[in-house]
Amino acid sequence: MSPETRRILALHGGLLLLLLGLQFVLPAYHHGNLARIMVLASYAIGYNILFGYTGLLSLGHALFFAAGMYGMALTIQYAGFSPAPALLAGLLAGLVVSAGLAMLALRTTGVAFMIVTLMFAQAGYLSILYFGEYTRGDEGFVIQTARRMLWGIDLSDPTNRYLAALLLFSVCLALSLWLVRAPFGRVLVAIRENEERVQMLGYDTHAHKLGAMIVSGTISALAGAVYGLLFGYAGASFASVQYSIFPLLWVLLGGAGTVLGPFLGTLFMFYLIDLSSGLTTAYMLIAGVALVVLTLFAPQGLAGELRRRLWGWLP
Amino acid sequence: MSGAPLLSTRGLSKHFDGLQAVRDVDLDLAPGEARALIGPNGAGKTTLVGMICGRITPSAGRVMFDGADITPLPAHERIGLGMAYTFQITSVFHALPVRENLALAARRRLKGAAVQDAVERALARVGLPRDIGGQAAGNLSYGHQRLLELAMGLVQAPRLLILDEPTQGLSDSEIDGFKALIGELKGATTILLIEHNMSVVMDVADRITVLDGGTVLADGTPAEIHENAAVQAAYLGTG
Amino acid sequence: MELGPYILLASLEGAVTAAVLALTAVGLALVFGVMRVVNIAHGEFFMLGAVIAWWVAQTVGGHPAIGFAAALVIAPLAVGGIAAAADMTILKRLNYDPERTIVATIGLLYILQQLTLMTYGPEARPVEAPFNQRIALPWIEHGESGWQVIWPWGLGTTSYKLAVIGAACVVLAGVWLMMARSRLGLVMRATQADRDMALAFGIPVERVYALVFGMGAALAALAAVLIVPIQQAHYLMGADPLLLSFIVVIIGGLGSLPGTVLAAVLIGLSDGIISVFFSPTLAKIIATLLVGLVLVFRPEGLFGTRRR
Repeated sequence: MSPETRRILALHGGLLLLLLGLQFVLPAYHHGNLARIMVLASYAIGYNILFGYTGLLSLGHALFFAAGMYGMALTIQYAGFSPAPALLAGLLAGLVVSAGLAMLALRTTGVAFMIVTLMFAQAGYLSILYFGEYTRGDEGFVIQTARRMLWGIDLSDPTNRYLAALLLFSVCLALSLWLVRAPFGRVLVAIRENEERVQMLGYDTHAHKLGAMIVSGTISALAGAVYGLLFGYAGASFASVQYSIFPLLWVLLGGAGTVLGPFLGTLFMFYLIDLSSGLTTAYMLIAGVALVVLTLFAPQGLAGELRRRLWGWLP
Repeated sequence: MSGAPLLSTRGLSKHFDGLQAVRDVDLDLAPGEARALIGPNGAGKTTLVGMICGRITPSAGRVMFDGADITPLPAHERIGLGMAYTFQITSVFHALPVRENLALAARRRLKGAAVQDAVERALARVGLPRDIGGQAAGNLSYGHQRLLELAMGLVQAPRLLILDEPTQGLSDSEIDGFKALIGELKGATTILLIEHNMSVVMDVADRITVLDGGTVLADGTPAEIHENAAVQAAYLGTG
Repeated sequence: MELGPYILLASLEGAVTAAVLALTAVGLALVFGVMRVVNIAHGEFFMLGAVIAWWVAQTVGGHPAIGFAAALVIAPLAVGGIAAAADMTILKRLNYDPERTIVATIGLLYILQQLTLMTYGPEARPVEAPFNQRIALPWIEHGESGWQVIWPWGLGTTSYKLAVIGAACVVLAGVWLMMARSRLGLVMRATQADRDMALAFGIPVERVYALVFGMGAALAALAAVLIVPIQQAHYLMGADPLLLSFIVVIIGGLGSLPGTVLAAVLIGLSDGIISVFFSPTLAKIIATLLVGLVLVFRPEGLFGTRRR
C-alpha cells in the first residue's frame, strides 16, 4: 500500500469512526440532525459522481431521489412489502428511471442537458401530484412505525436510525472512493476534462457517461428510499426543483469532484439553513446567496480549496 | 509496395456546406512504412486524417484497416483496432498529472503494474524528464506538451500512428530527437504524418503524398516528389 | 353554456394568457438570443414586476388608473435596473460561462424570491384595474326561427382584458421595430452574430449585455404589471411564467423573436382550450415532457450547436 493510499484511508476511515463516536455523545437534537445529514450527504455523493467527477450538471436529480423514496414507500403502503424488499424496490426504481433518463438526456450536452434533466424531473414531480390519490401529493403520507421494522430492528428509534444512516453513508463513501480511484472513475474525470481526447484514446465515452449517470441516479435513489424509511414519510416536495438544486448546492459548497466534499457541503448548508430558519421564514435566501457567492468566488468549494492549498493528494 | 496495405482509402470525400474539402482520395499505406502527408494550408490534410480515424464522417468513400471495412465504426472502436491519433492543437488533459495522462492512454490495453512500466518507458522514449511526471500537464511548456501528446500516442503501442504536425513548436534539438524516434519506430509501426517542416519530411518519410485543393496531386518517394514540377509549383515553390 | 360559446370564452381567456406570455417569453428569448444566457431567474423578474406594481399602486393612491399608469412605468424600469445591476456584478464576472451562469441565476432566483417574502410577505394582493367594463358577447345559433343572434349568459370579457391584448401587441411591435430598424437593434444583432467581431468594431459589448439583460427583465415585469389586476401579486408567482416561457422559447426556435411570439400565441391559446378538457396538472406534464423531448430529438436548435 502506498503512503498516499494509507493517508486517504486514514482520513476517510477516521471520519467514519468520528461519526460513530458522536453517536454516544451528541445531544438529541444534533444527533437527529446528523442522522439526516448523513442520508442527505449520501444523496450528494451520488450527485457528485455525475456532476463533480464526470462534469455533467444535472438539474433533475430530485427525480431519482423521489423514485427511490416512492419506490420504497408505495410498495410498503400498497403492496405490503417489508422494509428490506421495499428498499430494493426503491433502488430498482432509481436504476430504471436513471437508465431511462440517461439514454434520453445524454443525447444532449451542456446547457441542453441541464434543461432536459430539469424538464423531466419537473414532469416527474407533476406526475406525483397528478396521481395524488395514491401519493397524497404535496401533503405526502406517513409510513407507520409498525411497518418500519427491519429484521426486528425498529428504525424509528433514534440510535438505530443514526446507525442505519451511518451505514448507508459509509457504504456510499467507500463506493465513491473506490470508484474514483478505479480505472472507470479515472476515465470519467478525463471525460470531464476533455471528452474528445478520451474518445480518441479509444474509450467509448457515451457508455462511460451512461454508466456514471446510472450509478449516480441509483445512489441518489437509495438515499431517497432510506430517507423515507428512516424518517417515516414520503411527500411530493422531495421531487420538486428545490431537491434538485440542494445536492448541487451541497456539492458546490463542499467541493465538486472530491470524495469528502458532499458531506462537508451538506453539513455546513444544513446548519446554515437550520440557524437562519430560526430567524426568518425566508431561509432559502441563504441558499441563493451561497449559490451566487460560490460560483463567483469559490468554484472549488471547501474540500477543493483544501486540496489546492494543503493536501494535493485528496481524492 | 510489398504485401497487403494496412490502411487504404477509396474515393474518400468530404464536403462542408458545399465546400469540397477532400475529393476522391485513394491512399494505401503498407505495413511499417512512414508516410508523410504534405500540402498547403487548407489542402484538406487534417480533414482526410480525421475521416481515417473517425473524428469526421465522410460524405462518400470507404476506409479499410487491416483488410476490414471500418467506415461505419465510431472513433473509439477504430482506436481499439490499433490506431492512435495525436492532435494538431495539443489536447492533453491540462488538470491531470502527466503520468495520469499517459496512464489513461495505456490503460485501455494494459492493467496493473504494466501500466506504470509503459508510462515510464513512454516518458523516457520522447525524452521528457522523469521528474515532471507528477506535474499537471497544463503547467508544462508548449514543447513539452507536444512531446507528451506524442508519448500518449506511443504508449498505446499502435499499429498505425497518425501524427498531425507533431514538430510544430518544438526546438531544433527536440526536432532532431523526434526524427530519431520515428527512425526507431519505422518498420514496427506504420506512421501517417502530417508535416510542414520539409527537413523532417525528407528525413523520415518513406513515401510522400501531396494534397492540394482536397485531391492527391502527387505520390512518390521523397526524391520523386522533390523532382516533381507540379509539386514545385503548387507547394514547394511557394512554401 | 354549450360547447361553442364555451370554447370562444376559453380562447378569449387564452388570448390574454398568450399576450402576457408573449411579452415574458420575448424577454427570455432576447437574453438567450443576444447573450446566450439561460436566465432561470426570469420568472422572479416577472414576480417583482407584479409586487412593485402593487407597491406603487398603494403608494400613489387616488384613482386606480393613476397608480396603474405609474406602475406601468416604474415597475419595468426598476426591475430592468435590478437586472442590469445583477448582470454587471454577477454574470459579467462569470464571463457568461453557460453552466456557471445558470447556477448563478438559480441563486438569484432564490435571493429575489426570498427577499420579497421577507419584505412583502406571503400574502397574495390584488391591484385594481384602471378600467373594467364588462362586455357581453353575442353568439349565433340556429334556432326555431332560423339563424339568430343570442347573448349567452356568462359569455363575455372585460374592457381591461382586451386592453391587455392590445397593449401586448403594441409593445411587441415596438420591440420588433427596435430590433429591426433602430441603431440599437443593429448593435444588438451584431453582438448576437459575433461577439468578438462586435468588440473589434468598437461596440461596447459589456454595456449591450447589461442593457439586453435589463430589457429582458423589464419585458417580464411589464407583462406582470398588465396581468396583476387579473391575477394577484404573490412571491411564488414566478414559477409558472418561467416554465411557460421556457416552453415557448424552446418551441419557438431558441432565440428567434417571431418564432417566440408565434409559439406564445399557440401555447397561450391551447392552454386555455386544453384546460377545458384536461386537468391543468396533466397539461403541464405533457408540456414539460414535450420540451424535454424537443431538446433531445431536435438538438440542432441553438442549444445544440453550442457543443462544448
